[in-house]
Amino acid sequence: MKLYFKILVLSLFVLIGFSAPGFAGDTIKLGVAGAHSGDLASYGIPSVHAAELVVKKINAQGGVLGKTVELLVEDDVCKPEVAGNTATKLVSDGVDVVMGHICSGATKSAMGIYKDAGIIAISPSATNPDLTLSGEYPNFLRTIAHDAVQAQLQVKFATNVLKVKKIAILHDKGDYGKGQAELAQKYFTTAGVDVALFEGVTPGAVDYSAIVMKVRRVKPDLVVWGGYHPEASKIVTLMRKKKMDTLFMGSDGVKDDTFIKVAGKYAEGVFATGPMDVSGNAMAIAAKKAHQEAYGSDPGAFFDAAYAATLALLNAVEKAGSTDYNAVMKALKSEYVDTPLGNISFDANGDAIGIGFSVYRVENGVFVEQK
Amino acid sequence: MDFDYFSYLFFGGLTRGSIYALIALGYTMVYGIIQLINFAHGEIYMIGAFTGLIIASVLTMMGLPSLAVIIIAAAAAIIYASAYGFTIEKIAYKPLRDANAPRLSALISAIGMSLFLQNYVLLAQTSDFLPFPSLIPDFEFWEPYSHIWTSAELVIFITTVIVMILLTFLIKFTKIGKAMRATSQDKTMASLLGINVNRVITFTFVVGSATAAIGGILIASHIGQINFYMGFIAGIKAFVAAVLGGIGSIPGAVIGALILGWTESFFTGYISSDYEDVFAFLFLVGILILRPSGILGKSETQKV
Repeated sequence: MKLYFKILVLSLFVLIGFSAPGFAGDTIKLGVAGAHSGDLASYGIPSVHAAELVVKKINAQGGVLGKTVELLVEDDVCKPEVAGNTATKLVSDGVDVVMGHICSGATKSAMGIYKDAGIIAISPSATNPDLTLSGEYPNFLRTIAHDAVQAQLQVKFATNVLKVKKIAILHDKGDYGKGQAELAQKYFTTAGVDVALFEGVTPGAVDYSAIVMKVRRVKPDLVVWGGYHPEASKIVTLMRKKKMDTLFMGSDGVKDDTFIKVAGKYAEGVFATGPMDVSGNAMAIAAKKAHQEAYGSDPGAFFDAAYAATLALLNAVEKAGSTDYNAVMKALKSEYVDTPLGNISFDANGDAIGIGFSVYRVENGVFVEQK
Repeated sequence: MDFDYFSYLFFGGLTRGSIYALIALGYTMVYGIIQLINFAHGEIYMIGAFTGLIIASVLTMMGLPSLAVIIIAAAAAIIYASAYGFTIEKIAYKPLRDANAPRLSALISAIGMSLFLQNYVLLAQTSDFLPFPSLIPDFEFWEPYSHIWTSAELVIFITTVIVMILLTFLIKFTKIGKAMRATSQDKTMASLLGINVNRVITFTFVVGSATAAIGGILIASHIGQINFYMGFIAGIKAFVAAVLGGIGSIPGAVIGALILGWTESFFTGYISSDYEDVFAFLFLVGILILRPSGILGKSETQKV
């Protein structure tokens, strides 16, 4: 009797031991992390929608490796100090791959945790060059061109089309904004443009009169802004109210419809670089339509990039035949996949091959691509 | 040229200072009466701005003239914000005061209230930035100067001065002002002399919230955008200004706010905006070392 009991207990334990990994393997867990609430939610929410749409579609077609894909959505409110916890939460929930994070600063603080856990992350929007170029984040890839690409494009456009001689560069002192500004400074100086002013402002301040006055004093042809749209709209509005018609150029942090909504008529004529217009791409059109049907609105910033990132991840898992780190990484860097951004793959650094940026100008309340 | 630049920075600092002052006035008045740092004050300011936006949008849609819009929106914001001030005092501070809780508890309660209101607006309204219409029209007679100082900035400055004078008058020369000062000196004694201390404190909160709502509307229409988080940084800076001027003193709040505004503006203009906050706070520390109770603050002798 006693022996039987022992065997029973033992077999129960053995059963539990076997069944645990079995349960974990039932689904492919795709983490989606980014700013889903707070000031910058308008950057993160579209990525969640993109992931939901892709996963729904793939699951309807039989999933990945015969398993259904499960979404684990976690919010990091775009804050580096929160992103660490977000990443830890996803890792402890057993994610296989991650699509995210949204903001560069938050991404940096999360990548170390994913690296230790052997998890690959593809961001649709983190554009800080260090993430791929420094080699410190081998498990990081992205479906957006990094900031240096934008800075080079800004210089090309400003010197060839706008023919500026003298510029002022302002930034918000953040990882993304300052990074943009420093790159712009580097490339503008190389191009022989006089960078008359280079300064950071405090985000969220009640008033930017002093810095606007300082810009007016140096009389630049163009103000280049490194940072997000809330401060950009405050500065542009104040400049226009103070009767300054200096040109203003931002990067993809400004190319957001909220910028036009908030700055209103003062947004007219503002330049911003942003991901290339893919509205002609059949997949992008289908994705946009699916978004309108599912959420009743047009998709926001980074939606296509997030859609592409999700497709690339799941495609790589399928091609690799497992969620093993090395196999998936190899598949990502060798296989091409059809996405709303076009046919893309990833280079050795983790930057996407086959995507790019354009310059946009606000005309009658919409961003219009400049040829 | 250089004098021009100096005057630009001077007016830039004046704008910033008036904005801080408009918020700091409510802070300092509440502190002056019940020695409570009302951290939720910045949130009242934010709620004032939101109410103003909602009412102004509705009225503009109905096609009312802009002067009527700004007056009705301001009145609605003041009433709404005052109601919030009243309720907050009743929920978060009065029970603690009745229980004779230490002052630190009330401070924690204030921080809690601040976080609660922020998140409430975040959930009930939106996390996004909303455009705020320029309610203050561009005056024609001011047009030649508007490249230095816009009409909105002029209105903010004048309103700050008027609010400061009215509050000083209220506290120094009216019956309720006398009761407020008595409550501030000794609550027990004041109530023994027939002053309804609770009513006086409630009144203080209502007036403080009303000034915050005025600030909310004017400042939001100057900046052109609002979101749920706008009260936090503005509140912290206004608090610093109030401490700098001597917390509890009405003219002190305005002087402290203007000094803070000018410090930031001149530092940005002549040195660099990168370290604007660092310098502003160094300056604060410097002044507090020389005058521990602020520029116009009274040093209180503790009786042992």
